[in-house]
Amino acid sequence: MTLRHAQGKKYLSMKKNNKNIKKVLILGSGALKIGEAGEFDYSGSQAIKVLKEEGIKTILVNPNIATIQTSKEMADEVYFLPINAKFVEEIIKKEKPDGIFLSFGGQTALNCGIELFNKGILKKNNVQILGTPISAIILTEDREKFSAHLNKINIPTPISEAATTLKGALKIAQKIGYPVMLRAGFALGGQGSGIASNPSQLKSIAERALAFSPQILVERYLHHYKEIEYEVVRDKKDNCITVCNMENMDPLGIHTGDSIVVAPSQTLNNEEYHELRRASIDIVRSLGIVGECNVQFALNPRKLEYFVIEVNARLSRSSALASKATGYPLAYIAAKLALGYDLTNTKNKVTGVTSACFEPALDYVVIKIPRFDMDKFKGADNQLGSSMKSVGEVMGIGRTFEEGYQKAIRMLDMDYESATDEKIFQKKSAIIENLKNPTPKRMFTIAKALKDNLDIKKIYKLTGVDPWFLYRIKNIVDHEKTLSKTKKLDKDFLLELKQIGFSDKRIGELVGKTGLEIRKIRKSLNITPFVLQIDTLSAEFPAKTNYLYMTYNASHNDVESTGNKSVIVLGSGPYHIGSSVEFDWCSVNTVQNLKNYNMKSIVINCNPETVSTDYDLSHKLYFEELTFERITDIYEFENPQGVIVSVGGQTPNNRAKALYKYGVKILGTNPENIDKAEDRSKFSALLDKLKIKQPAWNAFSTLQQAEKFAEKVGYPVLIRPSYVLSGSAMNICFDKDDLIKFLNEAALISKEYPVTVSKFFQKSKEVELDAVAQNGVLKTSVISEHIEYAGVHSGDATIVLPAKNIDELMQSKMKDIAKKLSESLDITGPFNIQFLVQGNEAYIIEANLRASRTFPFIAKVTGVNLIKLFVDSLFQKNIPTVAIPKLKFTAVKVPQFSFARLTGSDPILGVEMASTGEVACFGEDLEEAYLKGMLSTGSRIPEKGIFISIGGDKKKQDFIEGARYASLLGLPIYATENTSKFLKENGIKSTRLYKIYDHKSPNVIDQFQNKKIDLVININEYKDTKDAFKIRRAAVDSNIPVMTKIKTAKLFLKALNEKRFMDLEIKPWSSYLGK
Amino acid sequence: MVGKLILEDGTEISGTSFGHLEGVSGEVVFATGMTGYPQAFTDPSFYGQILVMTYPLVGNYGVPDKKLWESNKLQISGLIVSDYINTPSHFESKNTLSEWLIKEKVPALEIKDTRFLTQYLRNKGTMLGKIKFGKPVEDFDPNSINLVEKVSLKKVSKSGNGNPTASSGRGKTIVLIDCGAKRNITRCFLERGVKVITVPWDFDPFAKGVGFDFDALFVSNGPGDPKKVTKTIATIKKSLENKIPTLGICLGNQLLALAAGGDTYKLKYGHRSQNQPCLLEKSNRCYITTQNHGFAIGEIPGDFNPWFVNANDQSIEGIIHKSLPFMSVQFHPEATPGPKDTEWIFDYFLEKL
Ligand SMILES: Nc1ncnc2c1ncn2[C@@H]1O[C@H](COP(=O)(O)OP(=O)(O)O)[C@@H](O)[C@H]1O
Ligand SMILES: Nc1ncnc2c1ncn2[C@@H]1O[C@H](COP(=O)(O)OP(=O)(O)O)[C@@H](O)[C@H]1O
Ligand SMILES: [Mg+2]
Ligand SMILES: [Mg+2]
Repeated sequence: MTLRHAQGKKYLSMKKNNKNIKKVLILGSGALKIGEAGEFDYSGSQAIKVLKEEGIKTILVNPNIATIQTSKEMADEVYFLPINAKFVEEIIKKEKPDGIFLSFGGQTALNCGIELFNKGILKKNNVQILGTPISAIILTEDREKFSAHLNKINIPTPISEAATTLKGALKIAQKIGYPVMLRAGFALGGQGSGIASNPSQLKSIAERALAFSPQILVERYLHHYKEIEYEVVRDKKDNCITVCNMENMDPLGIHTGDSIVVAPSQTLNNEEYHELRRASIDIVRSLGIVGECNVQFALNPRKLEYFVIEVNARLSRSSALASKATGYPLAYIAAKLALGYDLTNTKNKVTGVTSACFEPALDYVVIKIPRFDMDKFKGADNQLGSSMKSVGEVMGIGRTFEEGYQKAIRMLDMDYESATDEKIFQKKSAIIENLKNPTPKRMFTIAKALKDNLDIKKIYKLTGVDPWFLYRIKNIVDHEKTLSKTKKLDKDFLLELKQIGFSDKRIGELVGKTGLEIRKIRKSLNITPFVLQIDTLSAEFPAKTNYLYMTYNASHNDVESTGNKSVIVLGSGPYHIGSSVEFDWCSVNTVQNLKNYNMKSIVINCNPETVSTDYDLSHKLYFEELTFERITDIYEFENPQGVIVSVGGQTPNNRAKALYKYGVKILGTNPENIDKAEDRSKFSALLDKLKIKQPAWNAFSTLQQAEKFAEKVGYPVLIRPSYVLSGSAMNICFDKDDLIKFLNEAALISKEYPVTVSKFFQKSKEVELDAVAQNGVLKTSVISEHIEYAGVHSGDATIVLPAKNIDELMQSKMKDIAKKLSESLDITGPFNIQFLVQGNEAYIIEANLRASRTFPFIAKVTGVNLIKLFVDSLFQKNIPTVAIPKLKFTAVKVPQFSFARLTGSDPILGVEMASTGEVACFGEDLEEAYLKGMLSTGSRIPEKGIFISIGGDKKKQDFIEGARYASLLGLPIYATENTSKFLKENGIKSTRLYKIYDHKSPNVIDQFQNKKIDLVININEYKDTKDAFKIRRAAVDSNIPVMTKIKTAKLFLKALNEKRFMDLEIKPWSSYLGK
Repeated sequence: MVGKLILEDGTEISGTSFGHLEGVSGEVVFATGMTGYPQAFTDPSFYGQILVMTYPLVGNYGVPDKKLWESNKLQISGLIVSDYINTPSHFESKNTLSEWLIKEKVPALEIKDTRFLTQYLRNKGTMLGKIKFGKPVEDFDPNSINLVEKVSLKKVSKSGNGNPTASSGRGKTIVLIDCGAKRNITRCFLERGVKVITVPWDFDPFAKGVGFDFDALFVSNGPGDPKKVTKTIATIKKSLENKIPTLGICLGNQLLALAAGGDTYKLKYGHRSQNQPCLLEKSNRCYITTQNHGFAIGEIPGDFNPWFVNANDQSIEGIIHKSLPFMSVQFHPEATPGPKDTEWIFDYFLEKL
């Protein structure tokens, strides 16, 4: 007490920002990956905004080309280079910044910062670390030292000890007693962590963890504690506030990133809330944080007892969520504080009059639900645990828990219409099992259990989900039961249903009507949602904020409709495989360009990781569902000029047809024509009419027909259901057996749609054409080329711009096709065509009449922003055609995979997309750009040994050039039996390793674990073997980069031969573009 | 059961009852705190008021044992929430909120748009109003009477024996004038080793023959207009004359100002929240505080300096004498509900004894 008071008196006259700082280096977080996603584009963008406001020059290092922070309008200089000490040191030497921001780029930036500091690079170059002192960061990252520190200031942590070897870990576990929690130091997203109930489980977790981290912590496992987080802000004058607290609905043990999270906490009473708040503030003060910090707690549900789980001394996924949940821009404030401002002389941006030194009061609840895409990863384990697996998230806002919760469930955009889902879990025993072992579908298991009248106490015991939440879900279930029974839709009951978040469609399903019919009934009864503001102060002060949501638990609107001078822009929804930050870039660019035409933008999106949901950006932001129902609610309230559906990826694109039919004005290509491209039969008929070639295909509803077709066109064939993005349930069949097996699988996935079978082109080039047309006239088009042969999903492919191996003739052929399509579909707006090139012919795989994932890449490489052209095309009569400038450099887009986090998943590439993110790098030539790209996505320059295993004679022959490059590197080469023989025949020396099942040494696995190998090349035969999978997986689990495609492996090895580190030019983006 | 909230200007809002089914009149005010409703509802400063909670979900953790309340009963006259939760979950919960309200005869309504009501009160200012279930309800303006009289204890009571290991207040004796004191104030003193003699609002500890000595005077929080509490003001005047260290909280802050020659006024809609930022004068230190008041100091008495100022609306949040140990704060350093950031005020004061 006296101590805090003394601090209270220790005031100095304040100086605003540190005047010596004129140039600041910001480290980004690189490609999106599980555990480190879009939230860091948001935080970095906010930091840049602050620096610009202060007139400070900004240098950004981030190879993630799809981000908004790497746009022209943002940082003064951008380096699309790997975020590691080696590259950043060169950038520092070149740019000579005065200061560096380490806390806006996630764990990647933090780790890089620590390395720069430890190597003395910052000191040597006089670069000041702004914000939280590095000593605090280092302390929080070392789990053992940190725990000792906390205990010193009387903050409890679970009993734990650190180990650096497996043996050590076993000994500690013996002492603490099983089950124990294992956690890796210096890692994120719970990587390498897990719960071990016995020594053998411990062994397998510890081995994996030690491959990634030098240290593991063995800790008491806190079964079914509540997991609570606080977001804390502190300034250099020691003012300290907690902006938001959050409660996980899932118990401790499920990573917060994978947990359903509510803000504010629901089940904490005053004492608990403030005890944890006080502890958070004590911790943050003891560390001397300047800026933002996240504290995670385990709270005993049975008595007042808590433990600190961890502290993140940086902006985080949770801080982005907290910013969106409260309207308090944490990253913005953190950047201000890092520059020397105090909380007391910073204003609350939402009210404009009140102080930033306050704690938001909410008059709504938010519910975050993570989005998983486990089905996209072959073999991946579905079980949720302490290691993060989700790929995105949504946030539902409501004035009842049920309202926000059901919104969030629909926001996931996975065809869930409500908190209950009848389709899964028929048997009671399965329910018990599923309650005990949570999966991404646990919400529905709980609802089903409640429906079956399973006791709440029992459900609690099995799941660890606090009864408070179970009662709320039960309320939803009970209402459904009543509705199903009575089918009554009087005004009071219908309103009640809407107040607890039921959609029109769901109500319709339960009474045997369509959603539209319910909508009509509802409107005739005068039941409509109202628009409320998120104002940080629960209406205590007037706020001009444009940050909005809709609710049925109100009877007035906080704002007025914008009217005709406005346009609704539909955002991307949750990030998932196939739809990511690139669509946020497109949305944000649309909003920015609408300003050129004095059009007020109204953004609808529900993804808290995005920049498009930064309320500063648009005229109005609706943090809302991208469902037909909600879009039309907003449309009817706002009366805008129209809706843009073509910049947010597939989700908004999928809404086009229904919106159009309802009478919504869609800006851009007519939705009927969008449908002509989306619907395979219609599209195919169109191509035939236009005499454009396509791989032979047809749709079938029986196996026999499909078989006959496959025989006719010849195997391999590709099978897929229609209307899906990122190749869900797509498969290549090499023979009849495959076909029978896969067809049965596909049929399970989609009953309504017949399965299509196409001729699969082997060894064929794949090419992307991105374009904008206006009133059917092509205005510009860009051609980029995949390195891998077709068969690797375009989202996973390595893409080169400008195209190297597509000659003029072929390019103009493709352009002609684009022209024809523009004309016949009367396109106004962005579109993308994917081609297969075989011989002299170009075949169309598909066309999407919307912005594609390559748009930001193209804009940043060529300087031509297709989104700008699109917006121009909406508001200018006849926009000029734009020629793409000849480029004197090469840019390569390289995918980022997150296989390491998805235990059991196969890291092989195929027609199903699996990458979670991407980078793009520039170079004099392909090799330079590719090498930079590979180093940016976690590959390392091999220094120890290369393991090669190639399936089949043909593929071995194809790889021979690559093998030569490998041998020229002068590193030991290891190979499996046949590959080793083959190499020998070609004069390349290698050590033969036994396959896993041989159980003989030297064995592949041992060599991985002994760290003798730091590059794995595993090219599979058409028909993969189980052992090959095991090798790939073992490599991933041992943290060794794996390459599975001949062409990229060859290119990588070639680049390694031709380029040394010195050859990789450290040049900012602007110097490539010649500005 | 449906009931109505009727404001003095005729505005009517209907809602579903979850409390006692009998109408009541009072002053309608809103509070924005998100946790600690059992503590808030038992805070005597709310006496005579119909409280609107801006945080929509209320009832989540039920009602704890009496000893965890801030007084021995519900003090609010009525309650308005957006979403009443009748399925609490907490190890400390003994009853649902509804059971408690019914037992203590406090009416409560669930109306959906508490935000509208809040905005309305913010724009028009605090208003009188009533909760009605059909039958007429008599008008009542709580500010027309001395509310302190209603909530103050009736007999002198002593607690604490001077905890010898506690720090700042070891062995000292304080007279606590109970104008409707929250229990945690006493707890804060006891924790610091202070003996507390609690006296009724109109008790004069300076009168001859009271039978005890004391080192300092404390004036508590409480409801209503400070100018109505003349007897307590008179006592404080004596304290100042005798140079007895004096500390006031909330109403006590206003009473100290009046006793020392300053003035108070009624705020348009008061401060009832747990996130009020208060700047320590002449510093860059800002504290997050709990507040619950409708009146404030308008004019600082002559020999006093401002001590704290509200960072949002610049209202005076505390005063301190230029040389003597007389001081008071408008906010609640004892918290419950709310942040404990300013508990050091107790130490600061006790160190002056
Ligand atoms: N002692 C423990 N007992 C049970 N679960 C734990 C324990 N420690 C951590 N966890 C769980 O593991 C998750 C990840 O741990 P954390 O230290 O937060 O790692 P990360 O740095 O990946 O966020 C937490 O969110 C929590 O659910
Ligand atoms: N007929 C084909 N021959 C060879 N590869 C193909 C063929 N059709 C599709 N592919 C491959 O499959 C990938 C995914 O197919 P596509 O139809 O584009 O699915 P999505 O709609 O998920 O993008 C393509 O990027 C391409 O590599
Ligand atoms: Mg964590
Ligand atoms: Mg495709």
